Amino acid sequence: MKELHLNKREEYMNLSLEIIKVKSPISEFWRKFKKQKLALFSFFFILFLIVLSIIGPYIVPYGTTEPDYKNILSGPSVKHWAGTDAYGRDIFSRIIAGTQISLFVGLVSVLLGAVGGTILGIISGYYGKWVDRVIMRICDVLLAFPGILLAIGIIAILGPGLGNVVIAVAIFSIPIFARIVRSSTLSVKSTLYVEATKSVGAKHKRIIWKHIFPGTVSSIIVYFTMRIGTAILTAASLSFLGLGAQPPSPEWGAMLSGGRDYLNTAPHVTFFPGMAIFVTVLAFNLLGDGLRDALDPKIEE
Amino acid sequence: MNPSLLEVQNIKKYFPLKKKLFSRQQEYVKAVDGVSFQVQKGETLSLVGESGCGKSTTGRVLMKLLDATEGKVFFEGNDITNLNDDEIRPLRREFQMVFQDPYASLNPRLKIRDIIEEPLIVHNVEKKKRTERVNELLEIVGLNRYHADRYPHEFSGGQRQRIGIARALAVNPKLIIADEPVSALDVSIQSQILNLLKDLQDEFNLTYIFIAHDLSVVEHISDRVGVMYLGRLVELASRDSLFANPFHPYTKALLSAVPIADPTIKRDRIILKGDIPSPANPPTGCTFHTRCPFAQQVCKEIVPEFREIKPEHYVACHFAEELSVTK
Repeated sequence: MKELHLNKREEYMNLSLEIIKVKSPISEFWRKFKKQKLALFSFFFILFLIVLSIIGPYIVPYGTTEPDYKNILSGPSVKHWAGTDAYGRDIFSRIIAGTQISLFVGLVSVLLGAVGGTILGIISGYYGKWVDRVIMRICDVLLAFPGILLAIGIIAILGPGLGNVVIAVAIFSIPIFARIVRSSTLSVKSTLYVEATKSVGAKHKRIIWKHIFPGTVSSIIVYFTMRIGTAILTAASLSFLGLGAQPPSPEWGAMLSGGRDYLNTAPHVTFFPGMAIFVTVLAFNLLGDGLRDALDPKIEE
Repeated sequence: MNPSLLEVQNIKKYFPLKKKLFSRQQEYVKAVDGVSFQVQKGETLSLVGESGCGKSTTGRVLMKLLDATEGKVFFEGNDITNLNDDEIRPLRREFQMVFQDPYASLNPRLKIRDIIEEPLIVHNVEKKKRTERVNELLEIVGLNRYHADRYPHEFSGGQRQRIGIARALAVNPKLIIADEPVSALDVSIQSQILNLLKDLQDEFNLTYIFIAHDLSVVEHISDRVGVMYLGRLVELASRDSLFANPFHPYTKALLSAVPIADPTIKRDRIILKGDIPSPANPPTGCTFHTRCPFAQQVCKEIVPEFREIKPEHYVACHFAEELSVTK
């Protein structure tokens, strides 16, 4: 009997030898992601921006508040690559230095929003019942406001300043993440493998950390990337309105605001910061799109 | 006599239906409506019936994945019906489940090692022993230890079901509830898995509750068979007695539907008319009377008792004796 059993096992092992290469989900993801040239390009561009935001302030030709009174509102030239503004400050240097601010605001605010939203979304989706109803109704209320209006309202309470912009953007990111995470929590929760884990006797904590959260990560990553674009845009808008970064700061939105009066005579003062915002937001959105396609198991090439 | 390994007393599971606007009465789907049986150590009890008859729900109630609306479940003589999550946890080592769909029951993001290890972690087995145990389990179910570092999508259905079985075996359970473990597999793989289950039963003295709809599978593996219809057991007997001598007209119809691999044999099939009635609104009296070819007036009015017609052969039919003569 025992021997017979062993023979069968051997026979089975031979059958199963055909699968050889181990493909981990990460290598699988990278294989799919590589194929999306635009997203890949955006990814490297964002990496470049991150590097620039760290070393940028040290390599720029001029200081961010250093005036050049001989060249006020002068157009792009060899001396000032992107021209100068109303105080004769070098716009190119200011944009490079401003990368730090925009990326910081974008990353930190969305990170806070994602953490808060993920926690709420998982609690809401996993425990359901009245907890779910309460959390989702609050999110509905928050989502009923246009994002920028909500942010203005929050800043009206907290007062202007870059720190408060981060908080404002984080708060209006929370309900969006909560909704997305809740829906993927619901779909993971109803899978057979979660039921199997329950039948083994696992505690809620383990089910959430080992199964539910990893199951929601891909949608969080995709949305995280896309939200950074929006967050940078919102932060720039708030600064443009004078609610975020204050004038001497080289924040892109504040620079736009500063060049507003010279749109006809010196368009380059608004053009270059505007391009910086546009290109950065576009890169994050394209990366988000690419990540979504690479992380979605249903999209096969 | 020793207490049975598992005793189920009149369990019911009702799912509430959404209330209609202005309707005062709460309606229920009676998925399981009074099922009782005992399982002895080392035996295999099969529950069969068509889809929607409550056999899977019964399995989930026994696993405490669902709470019974009514009734009691005893495991080794202890009432486990009303234990909460924390109280049931240590007992979960004793009974485990193998699921129907091996494609959905394994988390695609985890390696095989993590999947099989999970019950061991939950039940606080130390790290070193866990690794050993995973390797051992993989070999027990006919896989190889180098499979441990792969992901579920790299395996075939049959291999995945072996992994599911390894997970169920990890904590040395006494009882395994197998919810249609082979119905999602190719016929050629089915017998491999069934034989594996049988071998494991001999090796580890396991007890199975085997939920299935395929009678040829059931005949292969069971010691006793319970036939369910619309949330109730209609017949429960030893395999031989049931297959040789079914009493309930529903069992007869089921058995007559099993194909025989011999085209020259002609036989009378009992064709049931109509669909299975809705468990939200089951027929009065004997629930089978709407489709039973032998139904009488009394069947519509009185619920037949689940009685022992022969030693160890139970049936719920008013006319069981008469029908067995006419056969």
